[in-house]
Amino acid sequence: MKILVCVKRVVDYNVKARPKADGSGVETANVKMSMNPFDEIAVEESVRLKEAGTADEIVAVSMGVAQCQETLRTALAMGVDRGILIETDAELQPLAVAKLIKAVIEKEKPQLVLLGKQAIDDDANQTGQMFAAFLGWSQGTFASKLTVAGESVEVAREVDAGTEILSLQLPAVITTDLRLNEPRYVKLPNIMKAKKKPLDKLTPEELGVDVSPRLTVLKVTEPAQREAGIKVANAAELVGKLKNEAQVI
Amino acid sequence: MSALVVAEHLDNKLNPATLAAITAAQALGTGVDVLVAGLDCGAVAEAVAVVDGVNKVLRAESEAYAHPLAEDIAPLIVQLAPSYSHVLAPATTTGKNIMPRVAALLDVAQISDIIGVESPDTFLRPIYAGNVIATVRSSDPIKVITVRGTAFAAASSHGGSADVETVDTTESTGLSSFVRADFTASDRPELTSAEIVVSGGRGMGNTDNFKLLEEIADKLGAAIGASRAAVDAGFVPNDYQVGQTGKVVAPKLYIAVGISGAIQHLAGMKDSQIIVAINKDEEAPIFQVADYGIVGDLFEVLPQLSAELDKLKS
Repeated sequence: MKILVCVKRVVDYNVKARPKADGSGVETANVKMSMNPFDEIAVEESVRLKEAGTADEIVAVSMGVAQCQETLRTALAMGVDRGILIETDAELQPLAVAKLIKAVIEKEKPQLVLLGKQAIDDDANQTGQMFAAFLGWSQGTFASKLTVAGESVEVAREVDAGTEILSLQLPAVITTDLRLNEPRYVKLPNIMKAKKKPLDKLTPEELGVDVSPRLTVLKVTEPAQREAGIKVANAAELVGKLKNEAQVI
Repeated sequence: MSALVVAEHLDNKLNPATLAAITAAQALGTGVDVLVAGLDCGAVAEAVAVVDGVNKVLRAESEAYAHPLAEDIAPLIVQLAPSYSHVLAPATTTGKNIMPRVAALLDVAQISDIIGVESPDTFLRPIYAGNVIATVRSSDPIKVITVRGTAFAAASSHGGSADVETVDTTESTGLSSFVRADFTASDRPELTSAEIVVSGGRGMGNTDNFKLLEEIADKLGAAIGASRAAVDAGFVPNDYQVGQTGKVVAPKLYIAVGISGAIQHLAGMKDSQIIVAINKDEEAPIFQVADYGIVGDLFEVLPQLSAELDKLKS
């Protein structure tokens, strides 16, 4: 089968995000950018499915500014066969991203689409569900295990109450959770090889997708910061403070 | 126009996160209707009907809704949505699964995980693991919203007297089917609504050592949580995870044991009223948000804490 995997370029998870001085957005100038960690898990899973003989081709798609190519190259170095960049300087919100991915799916006709359950920048957790809806496809969100069997895929989902197992009719959209796998480290020879793999460029206009934002960010602020409290010497002192000072027990 | 809240329920019990979503809906200044979709969900519909401030309960009974499959529930909500200005659901794994599908079918943006209502079209939501709060305005005719349960008080579960109306159901799409659930059984309070939470991290070392936390939790009537590291290591199941991508909790008292305090974990607990940290590394970032900290070996501190709690009771 053919797999499409969607990857987003985000502020690296080790960077503490800060609002810009004018409150218009988050500071991203001179900040380390990486592949969204959940998408990395999606890429790893797709490569494992290819290594297991379940998949025969993996295509990665990313969208946004020209530098998203770097994110695609990382995916290619991990084992993806080719990349598609939908290049635009426009702000892309999940609904628009879902429309762009739908357009790519209609061109590429994959049987399985993998992507992270959420991006660690906007924490929206929407995109996979949205394009599954556009296509009338099944969806397995928060996946911690997946097993392809014939015309269906069985997915273990990490839900609030524990784990839920669903059977999805293919084609399907899977959004990946933390414990699906542990992504591999990319080796240098693979980085070199990835530079030669095909990477096509498209634009939202070429795909006929209107990406106008529906949400306006009026401002961004830092939340109220907690102040460090005090150190107590032992459990007895702690219980005393919790009982008499904080009055929470 | 009113707001529609999608109720969440399991085993004939209303998920309390629904009550927080009802409060958020009331903040919009419109009337609030609640959709209860399920199979044999009459008891839940009756429970919602007496929630304070609910105008009307829409009950949708079908085999197709026996499990909250996004593919089958979303079309039902989409069918009802045109009569409403807002459609809200708790930002639980169920709400997060279903609502973007609803938003897409309505061709509107979703506003995820709101923590405040500024006006009927403007909302506050955390981004970047809660390190930044965004104020966003929606220009869509219907606002599809998920609500962070800890950010809104629960609506009172009595005092209301709404009518229960049966609504037309939609057909099963057959796209997905429920196979089975492995849900964690526990007599302890539910993590996201517990007044006290005791959480363990990598420092706990193994599954067995979590018994030390269980002992403390039982004495405090607390729920047990964990950091991602403890879940990844297999000490406890995934539903214990507190953090950016796990559960968000804001109890009266949060006790973090053997948790270093990565920003992703802080995102899930930093709105707790009082935070206690027990960690042997005095440089651990958890101490920067803790009201009370003990620098020490948790295997010495926990038994002492247990004994002190006994003294308190006697």
